[in-house]
Amino acid sequence: MKKSRLLFLAPFVFAGSVSSPLHAAEKLTYYCSAQEDWCQIMATGFEEATGIKVSMTRKSSGETLAQIKAESSNPKGDIWWGGTGDPHLQAAEEGLTVAYESPLNAEQNDWAVKQAASADFKTMGIYSGALGYGYNEEVLKANDLPVPACWADLLKPEYKGHVQMANPNSSGTAYTTLATIVQLFGEDEGFEFMKGLHKNINQYTKSGSAPIKAAARGENTIGIVFMHDAVKQAASGFPIKVVAPCEGTGYEIGGMSLIKDSRNPENAKKFFDWALTAEVQTRALEVKAFQVMSNKSATSSPMAPDLASIKLIDYDFKKYGSSAERKRLLKKWDDEVSVLPQ
Amino acid sequence: MNKSTWLWLVLGLIGFCLLPWYVQEDGFWGFEWLVDGYPFDPDYAPGLFLILQGEKLWLAPIPVWLLLPIFALAFSTRSDRYSANVLLLAGLLGLTWLAIQGYSIGLRGWNYEALTALFGPLEDRQFGMGSGALLVAASFLFIMTTGIAGRGAVNGDIFVVGAIGLIIAMVTVFIFFPIVQMLSSALRDNDGVYSLGIFASKFFDNKIWGLSCIQGGTRCGVAWNSLFLAILVGFSTTALGLAFALVATRSGFRFGKMLRALTVLPIITPPFVIGLAIILLFGLSGSITQFVADLFDLQPTRWVYGLPGIYIAQMLSFTPIAFLVLIGVVEGVSPSMEEAAQTLRASKWQTFRTVSLPLMRPGLANAFLLGFIESMADFGNPLVLGGNYDVLSTEIFFAIVGAQNDQGKAAVLAIALLIFTLTAFYAQRRWLGNKSYTTKTGKGDGGMHVLLPKRILMPCYFIVLTWGTFTITVYGMILYGGFVETWGLNNTLTFKHYITAFGIGFNDFGLHFKGAAWDSFWTTLKIAATAAPLTAIVGLLTAWLLVRQNFAGKQAFEFGTMLSFAIPGTVIGVSYILAFNVPPIELTGTGAILVISFIFRNMPVGVRAGIASMSQIDKSLDEASLTLGANTWRTFTRIILPLMRPAILAALVFSFVRAMTAISAVIFLVSAEYNMATSYIIGRVENNDYGIAIAYSSVLIVVMLTVVALMQLLVGRANTRRRLAQSGSNG
Repeated sequence: MKKSRLLFLAPFVFAGSVSSPLHAAEKLTYYCSAQEDWCQIMATGFEEATGIKVSMTRKSSGETLAQIKAESSNPKGDIWWGGTGDPHLQAAEEGLTVAYESPLNAEQNDWAVKQAASADFKTMGIYSGALGYGYNEEVLKANDLPVPACWADLLKPEYKGHVQMANPNSSGTAYTTLATIVQLFGEDEGFEFMKGLHKNINQYTKSGSAPIKAAARGENTIGIVFMHDAVKQAASGFPIKVVAPCEGTGYEIGGMSLIKDSRNPENAKKFFDWALTAEVQTRALEVKAFQVMSNKSATSSPMAPDLASIKLIDYDFKKYGSSAERKRLLKKWDDEVSVLPQ
Repeated sequence: MNKSTWLWLVLGLIGFCLLPWYVQEDGFWGFEWLVDGYPFDPDYAPGLFLILQGEKLWLAPIPVWLLLPIFALAFSTRSDRYSANVLLLAGLLGLTWLAIQGYSIGLRGWNYEALTALFGPLEDRQFGMGSGALLVAASFLFIMTTGIAGRGAVNGDIFVVGAIGLIIAMVTVFIFFPIVQMLSSALRDNDGVYSLGIFASKFFDNKIWGLSCIQGGTRCGVAWNSLFLAILVGFSTTALGLAFALVATRSGFRFGKMLRALTVLPIITPPFVIGLAIILLFGLSGSITQFVADLFDLQPTRWVYGLPGIYIAQMLSFTPIAFLVLIGVVEGVSPSMEEAAQTLRASKWQTFRTVSLPLMRPGLANAFLLGFIESMADFGNPLVLGGNYDVLSTEIFFAIVGAQNDQGKAAVLAIALLIFTLTAFYAQRRWLGNKSYTTKTGKGDGGMHVLLPKRILMPCYFIVLTWGTFTITVYGMILYGGFVETWGLNNTLTFKHYITAFGIGFNDFGLHFKGAAWDSFWTTLKIAATAAPLTAIVGLLTAWLLVRQNFAGKQAFEFGTMLSFAIPGTVIGVSYILAFNVPPIELTGTGAILVISFIFRNMPVGVRAGIASMSQIDKSLDEASLTLGANTWRTFTRIILPLMRPAILAALVFSFVRAMTAISAVIFLVSAEYNMATSYIIGRVENNDYGIAIAYSSVLIVVMLTVVALMQLLVGRANTRRRLAQSGSNG
């Protein structure tokens, strides 16, 4: 009988150990939408620098936005760092984040501050990266395909079944692609382009960087992604070459936002300022994050695509980041492009 | 009034007067409140102190319902019937009031516009229920059930009525409530206005039900994709499972035991692993694709992405389940029937076709429906291998987490999925309920099973050997994959991934787990070890009520407890987030929400195991105990539980292992502090770190195998004990 009593007690003992926190000291709950290892060094770096205990959740920017929205009447998170800017702007638009102007704004690049200003400082730009594509050299050679250099090249019939991009409905990267093409070629011609591209697409992936990861493993030939994601695969030893399309291209600005009504607002601000320092931003190189950082004095890798040498369009974040325009473009893409035969 | 009623009344008063009413930020077991301003600080104060300070006055009626029975009964000498009515009334009113105030007043005052309009704006607000409120709620619940028992329900057995009440309360709160919450969002447009038109337009969307692929269009709706895949998988796994079962039991095949070991594979395999292995074998650059392409000088293609890939992966995952179901059925067919047929000069083939096979029909139906439901609910394989073949389970996920973030769409898709699984679930119950295929009559079955006719045996052997080899290859690849640098590109052997994930080092404080995976690994073990015994308790208690007790509404009760089996994990995950993020029950971000989701996901298995094993225990044992003056609680703990060790252990093992490998619900519920192994593995897969993902999965497989083996040892011992106990009672 003793044994079975223990059996009954066990769950409560365990339950106790599960739900009791180890630290009652200074805390920060940190939502991260960048790559895992980058999130990690930010969390541990901040802990070391301030002694504030950080608990981190890593989810994609879409998932995080969904979570912050779901928790909005009782926020659990304090700060949201990383991930493409659109969901951050969306959160600002929906009033899920609070305005904050950091004293370090003077050290930041113009595009970062412009991004913040466009949302009344309810979010802040922390890095940026240009859109492009990458291809797997070996697979390209094995299939006797020409080397692509422009957006228009991707429409060539010989690339049929060799191009992959994410589904704009589920991925911010792919929505940026759609918005870029529309801004680059005009709406009508842009959609003609998407229809032509559709014929060559072998799969619309769910996640934004999946096409280049598939290409890296030899499961795909050309992946339309942010160039820094492609560079990362190349730097990890995969046979990937990165292309900045000749017609010019759009870009994203990674965001950081303070969550409204959070439980540790002071610590969140500390993190906010800390994350904007050059020293912290330079650490991105340790984890092969090849974005261009917001702080002017942060060092970037020689491998990183140099934004100055790429033809960048004047991407209208305000317009194309708004829910209405997003819904309209996605519906149009759904109705006119995705239904076509391949 | 008896002692237990007094006990619950006193506990209720303690909950109201001494324990903090609202949820504590440092967790249920955190005791910061004791030293920090208790009992006057409104964040830590018990209900009584809140009211005395003039705060949260809507709590004031609660002590009335607690004190009512005390005063009514302590100074009264009226009949039992009268006291039962008082208890019932007090408990019912108390619970109702708790629910009303909890749902009407939230973090921002009134929760509903209508209430603001009626009473004017409320300046105050309240958080979720804390330990005090929880104890008061429990007290009301048991006061009410005591009252019901006192009125004569279930022969006036307080313990049984209490147990039924407890389980109904839990199933309502943790299954029905979240599901209803989620489904109601399907009826709302973006501004929160309810409308049936919205639902219809969302539900009958072409993307869900479109049939254009039949008329030569590009693709069909996701619902048809899911249905087609599930039917295909159901049929194939049943056929394969039958071949395995026949070979294992009716061929004199020497390695039958090894085949049985196969059945543990699907439950100990973390999600994604099979999908990854399939990509590494059959993908564009997969080993087998490349080999075949070289051999026949073909251009390799991406054929595996889409239906073929998901199909192969699900076959690998679910065939062992069909095997597990069918092996019992095939063994159960009584040899006497077959012998009779043969005595009547039927050939082996005739016997098999006209006697054995028809007798296996319920097993076949069961296996098909299990394969069907598992395939519908599967999340990991379509995620990795889906290509452009969208299915419901993944679409639900992306409707919530994708850039479009449309809760209503997720709810609508979830309804479609629920319709399919519930129909299958209902069909299974109908099928099994109405026909009798009994061949175990209690009379001696001395005979041996007839061996299979050759024309069946040969194909069966062929299928079993091919598929068996394939399964072993896939699992071999998985183990091997954790030790190579980068699969396919650089096949140098390395321990790198294991070191990154599970490295151990020494620092100033001694042993230091510095691997990246340790954190989620320990959390997973802790959560699984917490959930397993609780699942077993809840499951077996339910089984006991279902088998041994008779009460009104038993059918509905059974259906309710088995329901969660038919609800896919993604649906549970989403609905938990929606239901338990706000007061009165605030659970998101805790370890408790994970534990609770596991308990109610896996409870049906505990119930099934319990029912099976309880039916074998003669009821006269209970009766003897009751006759000798023990009450039901004593009988349950002293007689039934010890006899049920095998069922307890089966439930423990199953829920432990499922808690370690579950993903679909978990992915929504993990938080910074409580990250689980499976969600960590997804992160690695997303990041192209297949090495670490596979290494971690291998470690999990080994851990679970160890646990299963240990439990198996214990079950073996418990078995003999059970027999001793039973023969003792018979003698």
